[in-house]
Amino acid sequence: MAGSNPNAKPMDLTLKVWRQKNRETAGAMVTYPVKGISPDMSFLEMLDVLNEDLLRSGQDPIAFDHDCREGICGMCSLYINGRPHGPERGTTTCQLHMRHFNDGDTITIEPWRAAAFPVHKDLVVDRSAFDRIQQAGGYVSINTGGVPDANAIPIGKSIADKAFDAATCIGCGACVAACKNASAMLFVSAKVSQLAMLPQGKVEAKTRVENMVAQMDIEGFGACSNTGACAAECPVGISLENIAIMNREYLSAKATSEHVA
Amino acid sequence: MILDSKIPEGPLAEKWDKHKFNVKLVNPANKRKYDVIVVGTGLAGASAAATLGELGYNVKAFCFQDSPRRAHSIAAQGGINAAKNYQNDGDSVFRLFYDTIKGGDYRAREANVYRLAQVSVNIIDQCVAQGVPFAREYGGLLANRSFGGAQVSRTFYARGQTGQQLLLGAYSALNRQIAYGKVKMYPRTEMLDLVMVDGKARGIVVRNLVTGKIESHSAHAVVLATGGYGNVFFLSTNAMGSNATAAWRAHKKGALFANPCFTQIHPTCIPVSGDYQSKLTLMSESLRNDGRVWVPKTVEIAQRLRKGEIRVQDIKEEDRDYYLERKYPAFGNLVPRDVASRNAKLMCDEGRGVGASGLAVFLDFADAIKREGQPAIAAKYGNLFDMYAKITDENPYENPMRIYPAVHYTMGGLWVDYNLMTNIPGLYATGECNFSDHGANRLGASALMQGLADGYFVIPYTIGDYLAQNPTTKVTTDHPAFKEAEQAVIAKNNQLLSINGTRTVDDFHKALGLLMWDYCGMARNAEGLKFAKQEIRKLRDEFWRDVKVVGVNEELNITLEKANRVADFLELGELMVDDALNRNESCGGHFREEYQTPENEALRDDENYAYVAAWEFTGVGNDAILHKEDLKFENVKLTQRSYK
Repeated sequence: MAGSNPNAKPMDLTLKVWRQKNRETAGAMVTYPVKGISPDMSFLEMLDVLNEDLLRSGQDPIAFDHDCREGICGMCSLYINGRPHGPERGTTTCQLHMRHFNDGDTITIEPWRAAAFPVHKDLVVDRSAFDRIQQAGGYVSINTGGVPDANAIPIGKSIADKAFDAATCIGCGACVAACKNASAMLFVSAKVSQLAMLPQGKVEAKTRVENMVAQMDIEGFGACSNTGACAAECPVGISLENIAIMNREYLSAKATSEHVA
Repeated sequence: MILDSKIPEGPLAEKWDKHKFNVKLVNPANKRKYDVIVVGTGLAGASAAATLGELGYNVKAFCFQDSPRRAHSIAAQGGINAAKNYQNDGDSVFRLFYDTIKGGDYRAREANVYRLAQVSVNIIDQCVAQGVPFAREYGGLLANRSFGGAQVSRTFYARGQTGQQLLLGAYSALNRQIAYGKVKMYPRTEMLDLVMVDGKARGIVVRNLVTGKIESHSAHAVVLATGGYGNVFFLSTNAMGSNATAAWRAHKKGALFANPCFTQIHPTCIPVSGDYQSKLTLMSESLRNDGRVWVPKTVEIAQRLRKGEIRVQDIKEEDRDYYLERKYPAFGNLVPRDVASRNAKLMCDEGRGVGASGLAVFLDFADAIKREGQPAIAAKYGNLFDMYAKITDENPYENPMRIYPAVHYTMGGLWVDYNLMTNIPGLYATGECNFSDHGANRLGASALMQGLADGYFVIPYTIGDYLAQNPTTKVTTDHPAFKEAEQAVIAKNNQLLSINGTRTVDDFHKALGLLMWDYCGMARNAEGLKFAKQEIRKLRDEFWRDVKVVGVNEELNITLEKANRVADFLELGELMVDDALNRNESCGGHFREEYQTPENEALRDDENYAYVAAWEFTGVGNDAILHKEDLKFENVKLTQRSYK
């Protein structure tokens, strides 16, 4: 029906999907044929179609996380054909369209795989470890009210732009899923470097990086071995440079730690 | 029932300051004895939860998403208004107030809107102090732009991701309080009922969306910051999970629902491409600064284009109708959202729509590219052009974009007084969840402003006033009122699970959405609304007879979650229709075809309808009771909006 490519033919596909009842039960790949998929559908709409079919036949639909379907909330995930958010660079699963697949394709769909992201059900994982890392220091310690006028804190445009680039992280966890060590360094470094670059965040920069890194380790994320898979798979293009900034911040914080044992 | 808006006495500009002095304060040592529940963690909820925690209250915050950072405020693109007048271009608190009242077509409360304009300046200071990376000029100061046809540059922005950056700021403040132990966060938890004890809001019943467990939480006050109800229409720019359940179930417990028919339809969205479509994507209306809106001049040309017999490039200049420029020479393509949307519908109704479905109009940048060059256009709109290309697989630099209006925001919501308290003592509603600030039409970049104003700067004062007058005595969740509410929630879930019918929840939701869109969308008339009311009732009966919900309650059950939400939409939809039918005038987003000027513009009836319509629930299938709060305009003169 869509206007874009009138010649695009509906596709028949074979899906291999990870099904897992809950955290305690072992999961397995289950095969589902899907027919008549429009190339203009998004990947999640393709799963909607399958779920409607499953429901009509009385079967449990596949649980997957999603919300805004605009690529900004970070709720959607899915490890598609061995890649977080699928084959398109710089694209979340909700913005991935079926025109990037071919009629007859077999597509494997798995949840994020990481010890720190246990599976709740099917493709839904628990990413609350990310929230706890942010709670460890991903903020500027100010209360509401009593702050200076916004223009009393001038910030150079290039610094502001760089801080913005780091601040666009959507917290989806693709970096962890892409990493062979399930490291969360790119996620943590995005917040650390955003705030370390800005005058508002500099005041607490040392304790912030120490506390956030400590929490990252407590959560069980792996070490960084600098392969760069995280940045390559990041749907919003968070740069590897943030990890370098965080390492520098961390070393300097440790060398002059304000933590009193 | 007499609706007391509790607007403070005195001149407009002094009301809020006076009120802040007159409200009762809770002694710092006593604050820790009060518990407050905040439902929803978007801009209005996260900012309220964080600020109340900072003040010393014990806060419990709830969201249905897996993290408070996912709330749909995150998707707001354009910006946030504030009367800073940093650009020295004549802005002021009064001008922002005036623009908002006028933009809302004179259906909002003067005092609330003035306070909104006043605190707007504090919001920007707060967000900058948090480290929100707003756009800046080379000198290091904040940048502004003009937005949504405003004559001053008062919009602060962070590229096209302002909502994301503001929400992450509020989320960081919330995280700090979670770390301090002042806020306890409950993600993946959905409110399914409000609990009242002795006529006051004292808690909520929730469902843990992972385990299915039904739990109660008690408090001294409850704040609903649960967003709007645009998903009644199934297709909207809202997130998939956005729903009205918390607000609707509070309504069923006695909270009045105000102006439900005031919905905003945004003109620049990507058109529907097929019946599998799950949601609609908005593109910032800044596109209308350079894009020209047109359709073919004749039905015949439009038909040939739709059939693929001709290409858009084959349509000669004289065969194109730039209808907004033709009809509104003064404002052209920059007419307000409601006018732009309605005219797109008119063109498509005439049979001159484009795209395979005929439900789209062109937004053409060819002239702008010719004038300024492709790099200049790419610098301004690159991310939007990329988004369009990603979704449609078309290059908007070579072909005109196709756009169509989509449901975007709901101005109506729970009725609240000046303190943002509903008519139920101890129950508050903030942000899009309430009705208070946008009248019949919201201006661009004002939603973020209202959410943060309510959460950071209004609720922290007004809730203290209520708590100070109430004892610190706690109610335990063993109280019969909690047990009764839990049993009702469990019974409803069991009923949904036991029907085992033939139609899916989405199937019903889509049917409801179509009815709402066709009869209670961009244009409404009495006959259509009456028809829709009957059809909604039939659909609701069928839902409870024939819906198919699989699985059990005690698990992560996505169908059961949706079924609860759609069950509520099926009741709310009827109230929207009732409200639209009652309001025999056109204003803002509410366009009744019977009430228009000879030039087809909205015709207000200030004599008879300058009131807030607040509806009281009387049972499913029974007609709601209308309560009126008359709107008094003492500081602005009511005029007919004209964009000719």
